Amino acid sequence: MEQKTREKVMEIRDLSITFKTMAGMVHAIRGVDIDLYRGETLAIVGESGSGKSVTMKAAMGILAKNSTVDSGTIYYTYHHDDGSPKTVDILKLKKRELRRHINGKRIAMIFQDPMTSLDPTMQIGKQIIEGMLWHKRATKAEAWEKAVKLLDEVGIPDPDKRMKNYPHQLSGGMRQRVVIAIALACDPDLLICDEPTTALDVTIQAKILELIQNIQKERGLSVIYITHDLGVVAKVADYVDVMYAGKIVEKGTIDEVFYDPRHPYTWGLLSAMPDLDTADERLYTIPGSPPNLLYEVSGDAFAPRNQFALNIDKRLEPPMFQVSDTHYASTWLLDERAPKVEMPPELATRIQRMEKGEVQHAGE
Amino acid sequence: MKRYIFKRVLISVFTLLAITLVLFTLLQLMPGSPFNDEKLNESQRAVLDAKYGLDQPLVVQFGRYVANLVKGDFGVSYNISKNTPISQLVQTRLPVSINVGGMAVGLGALVGLLLGIVAALNRGTAADTIATIISVLGVSVPSYVFALALSYVFGFELSWLPMLYDTKAAFASSILPSIALSMFTMASIARFTRNEMLEVMGSDYMLLAESKGVHGAPLIMRHALRNTLIPIITVLAPLIVDLMTGSLVVEKIFSIPGVGSLLVTAIQSNDYNVVIALSFIYSAMYIGIMLVVDILYGIIDPRIRLSKDSGDAASGRPGFFARWAKVWGGSSKKKAVKVHE
Repeated sequence: MEQKTREKVMEIRDLSITFKTMAGMVHAIRGVDIDLYRGETLAIVGESGSGKSVTMKAAMGILAKNSTVDSGTIYYTYHHDDGSPKTVDILKLKKRELRRHINGKRIAMIFQDPMTSLDPTMQIGKQIIEGMLWHKRATKAEAWEKAVKLLDEVGIPDPDKRMKNYPHQLSGGMRQRVVIAIALACDPDLLICDEPTTALDVTIQAKILELIQNIQKERGLSVIYITHDLGVVAKVADYVDVMYAGKIVEKGTIDEVFYDPRHPYTWGLLSAMPDLDTADERLYTIPGSPPNLLYEVSGDAFAPRNQFALNIDKRLEPPMFQVSDTHYASTWLLDERAPKVEMPPELATRIQRMEKGEVQHAGE
Repeated sequence: MKRYIFKRVLISVFTLLAITLVLFTLLQLMPGSPFNDEKLNESQRAVLDAKYGLDQPLVVQFGRYVANLVKGDFGVSYNISKNTPISQLVQTRLPVSINVGGMAVGLGALVGLLLGIVAALNRGTAADTIATIISVLGVSVPSYVFALALSYVFGFELSWLPMLYDTKAAFASSILPSIALSMFTMASIARFTRNEMLEVMGSDYMLLAESKGVHGAPLIMRHALRNTLIPIITVLAPLIVDLMTGSLVVEKIFSIPGVGSLLVTAIQSNDYNVVIALSFIYSAMYIGIMLVVDILYGIIDPRIRLSKDSGDAASGRPGFFARWAKVWGGSSKKKAVKVHE
């Protein structure tokens, strides 16, 4: 990264979200801090239910109705057409204002499953131009022309003809391209990709990722990826936030998190990543399952699954310990009074091989 | 689309033919003959049989029956009013039933849709609760209870509307029976709309539309309503036929000269020809409405349309029987949309 002044696009502080369910209150997000700078790519990694999607849905203002934001701020900085910057707290905006000025226009989202995220009864062309007309970015004719161009840009052959197709006439990969075209329709400056390749087969995955990367470069977009696929992270991200049970447990640049992970959970995640030439027959899995957030978590949420857990983990939640300017991890192992614990030797050798560029990931 | 409609029409005609065959066979299986008079001897009976074509082989009889049906000739009534053509009996009664039933369908569907949409959009609020109470009442209270109550309040106590059907004031006297008849339709449509709408509102494409910035009425009109309507049409269709063909009890309460009462009288007096003719008319109406529904599906749901250029003839929607199994079973509503790679 260059050391010029980086401009913050999004700053999430102390975000806390609760869901009201039949079983009780689920405290899904427990104090999340996230920073994103202009033109950079951030990946939020974590297993299912860790709260990655919920955090980003909060930033989009499309949280489910049974959720409440208990505390926190989501500052988002954008530029008016004349170039003057403006910062708003998305959580404080009225829904109307948010839809009118932010959604689609400045922040756009790509959803996980292209099979369900397009309206089955609307022509894809209409779905693309809908946003442009809604935000009064173009006349109908201009919007149509731009939509054709966008379809071409996202790699759909015969865009003119495809405009009148319905979603069911396209394959999954094609549909995801359409979803990307929809997201780009109003020239947003922040793109949130919620597991954009999970529902696609592997051959298409790489192509879609490449497409998003190219578009990001050309347009200078800031991108947030939500994913549980470390292969995706390695390929696209500048920064990684590792999320566990509604909290960020480790954050840093991609090199720091991949080559110098400090949190036992990150160790587990990296060990559980399949690669093609591991000597071990069995793929490592993190034992146990994530905590049920219906109940108050005392101490470190990961402690019950952590073979390196200390006594204090059961009583007190660890703060964020600073490892470097950009690298933070929330584990008591980093406290100066903690015993010296090294990452598992298998992972250490794997990281060594990764550094030498020997490791090939399955699916690449 | 033209090919689709043509195919549907063809299927409907064949279905109707099959039904006619079944009805005709039933008629043959019935005991006795039209000439069951003990005073007739063998040769006289043979003469009568020859006169009415009953000496011909069954296939020829069936062919002639169908040919007459096409001309609108259902034969004559034996018992209700001797030797009156059935078409004449039905002619005066069917429009009355269709009129009252049509008003009931229109009212029920419209109010039901509105109630369902309001309930879904205000889920968990007082409006939702009220709508739910209304639909539970509508489904569980029989229509004749509503009929009696309406007749008592608006016909007897307030004297706003006629208590008994008056052919000279057809519209005014149709109002109370239509309301009574529409309650069940209204309630089931309201309940179904609410559930379907909630499912649509929670779908990914609604999230995508919202994340485009679309909100308020355009969001509902453009994305939610159309997708909600598709399954509702399926539920509405059989209700329409039920209402069109008249309800015996409500017809009795308001003394409506409709087909419902005709059918009951015909069954009671063993007037086979009339029973068969009415069964045929019911079936024809049913098939006709299913045909309209299928064509409507094609218009509303692009996945049904079979266009040449798309190349993927197989639609992602379940077929006729699957759809009905779904409605009756009320089970999983997940749509298995096929992937066209």
